[in-house]
Amino acid sequence: MPSQTNRRSLLLVGLVLAVALLLPAVAAEFRLFQAAQILIYAIAILGLNLLTGYNGQISLGHGAFFAMGAYATAMLVDHAGVPYWATIPVSALLCLAIGFLFGLPALRLEGHYLALATFALALAVPQLLKYKLFEPWTGGVQGIVIMKPEAPFGLPLNADQWLYYFTLAITLVLFLCAWNLLRGRTGRALMAIRDHQSAAETMGVNSALYKSLIFGISAMYTGIAGSLSAVIVQFVAPDSFTIMLSIFLLVGLVVGGIGSIPGAFLGAAFIMIVPNISADISKAATGAVYGAFLILLMYRLPDGLWGGLDRLRTAARARLAR
Amino acid sequence: MNLAAMPADPLARARCAGPDPAPAVALLSVRGVMVRFGGIVALDSVSFDVDPGDIVGLIGPNGAGKTTLFNCLSRLYQPHGGDILLDGASILKRPRHAIPTLGIGRTFQNVALFDRLSVAENVLVGGHSRSTSSFLGNALRLPSVRREEAALRDRAAEMMRFMEVESWADRPAGGLPFPIRKRIELARALMTRPRLLLLDEPAAGLNHEEVEVLKAQIRRVRDQLDVTVLLVEHHMNLVMSISDKVVAIDFGRKIAEGVPAEVQADPEVIRAYLGEG
Ligand SMILES: Nc1ncnc2c1ncn2[C@@H]1O[C@H](COP(=O)(O)OP(=O)(O)O)[C@@H](O)[C@H]1O
Ligand SMILES: [Mg+2]
Repeated sequence: MPSQTNRRSLLLVGLVLAVALLLPAVAAEFRLFQAAQILIYAIAILGLNLLTGYNGQISLGHGAFFAMGAYATAMLVDHAGVPYWATIPVSALLCLAIGFLFGLPALRLEGHYLALATFALALAVPQLLKYKLFEPWTGGVQGIVIMKPEAPFGLPLNADQWLYYFTLAITLVLFLCAWNLLRGRTGRALMAIRDHQSAAETMGVNSALYKSLIFGISAMYTGIAGSLSAVIVQFVAPDSFTIMLSIFLLVGLVVGGIGSIPGAFLGAAFIMIVPNISADISKAATGAVYGAFLILLMYRLPDGLWGGLDRLRTAARARLAR
Repeated sequence: MNLAAMPADPLARARCAGPDPAPAVALLSVRGVMVRFGGIVALDSVSFDVDPGDIVGLIGPNGAGKTTLFNCLSRLYQPHGGDILLDGASILKRPRHAIPTLGIGRTFQNVALFDRLSVAENVLVGGHSRSTSSFLGNALRLPSVRREEAALRDRAAEMMRFMEVESWADRPAGGLPFPIRKRIELARALMTRPRLLLLDEPAAGLNHEEVEVLKAQIRRVRDQLDVTVLLVEHHMNLVMSISDKVVAIDFGRKIAEGVPAEVQADPEVIRAYLGEG
């Protein structure tokens, strides 16, 4: 039975992957750009999911790590002439370290207080980016514009196609690593902490270490997403990283499904696409329409889009079996 | 009250507390452990030894301090005084998460499972202290990680069979019937490869037949897995029939210690239990 389910999942992953690989052959450049953005948000949401969905630590401030990754890339490219691809590991390590250090004091904060602390972080970062003293590096309110990278090695791809594949490759690696992390010893320990911390400790889990490490890894994922976003948009500015970004990531997490890896893609698609649909429906009340979508979704699918799909599939199979 | 005449030095007290002078070093030695919660004295200089290979019963009315003692042994509480020795070495300087590595495993009175994990995963978490793979190794799923995982899964399957919960292996632990949950918890504790197993009221909520099954299981744990057991239990029939030694506490003080028949006949013990009922 499990092997059959595994084969089905594998087939599904293969199918989605084939579509993703062939997309540049059929999609217009702007659509490719949007697809890359969905992938990037999916990485960020997966990062948040590692922390919130699998370890039970709430963050209202992951937009801050997204901003840090984006600015690290933009600043390194703009001021130090570092190639865009080489900035990504730098952003990753930077956000890993900052996330880990943020996670250490966060150990003493529970639930609502941790949410408040991360909220404060997300409020502070755009302010810091605008701060006069840092302007020579951050570009202040204007932000930083960087060059659009071309496909390397004489690959027969235009810039958008190349950036899409570049983003897709990193997305695949990061999702694979997260899946591996979660299905083994480390993932079980993280979820054990979420479900019953003192029992997990009694089983030998060093919860302080695990909680701050996963904070760092979560920040790293979201930071890499920020980096990629700077690369494909070629522009960073404080106003792209307001508290709303953190809220949208959280919306994407909840909508996609807390504690579901593929749900991150659905959540990302939601936060990319639904605001546009809402704007099409009503220019004047975009926020209200968006809110209505959200409420409807939460009402109909309390375990997120992925959970909903899962139940649909089970129901369909049960009907077929009859 | 019979402790009042004893010397104040906890070491001396521990020495004269045992029924006979212990020949070798005890596996566990509880020495003058004190715990206060605000004004309440939950444990008042409790001392006793657990010899390797024994099943030791720990009895006492509700609120006597039994769970508090277990929480000291698994380092969830820090005693205000006294010492706890495992193989003659204090555990009170060791962090909580090092305790299963030292060889102390436990179950909880209220059953503390990871409700959203499957039964198999719950048991696998019990193997955490007996495995070493890192975040990076797991993320890359290195061959060493695969090997370790396979070995853990084999052992978890064995422990689930031992506790007869393997048919629920893939079900989430939350929502399963209470007696099953207790068995899962015991399988998880055994997965830590304990030398000393702390069981906090394992028979609570079980019917007569289930208690009989449990009795056999505890015996098998001791005899086949070579585990020393410290058993907190209200079920007198169970404690008295499987314990090699029984320690009775009331209001945080040890009131009796000895072979089951002795403790059962002890006037202080009878008074403590009658006073409660
Ligand atoms: N965390 C705690 N905070 C305050 N009081 C506690 C705590 N844990 C136990 N106690 C108190 O300590 C005493 C002993 O409790 P406990 O060890 O749970 O008893 P038992 O397990 O023997 O029924 C009780 O009076 C209980 O109220
Ligand atoms: Mg108790």
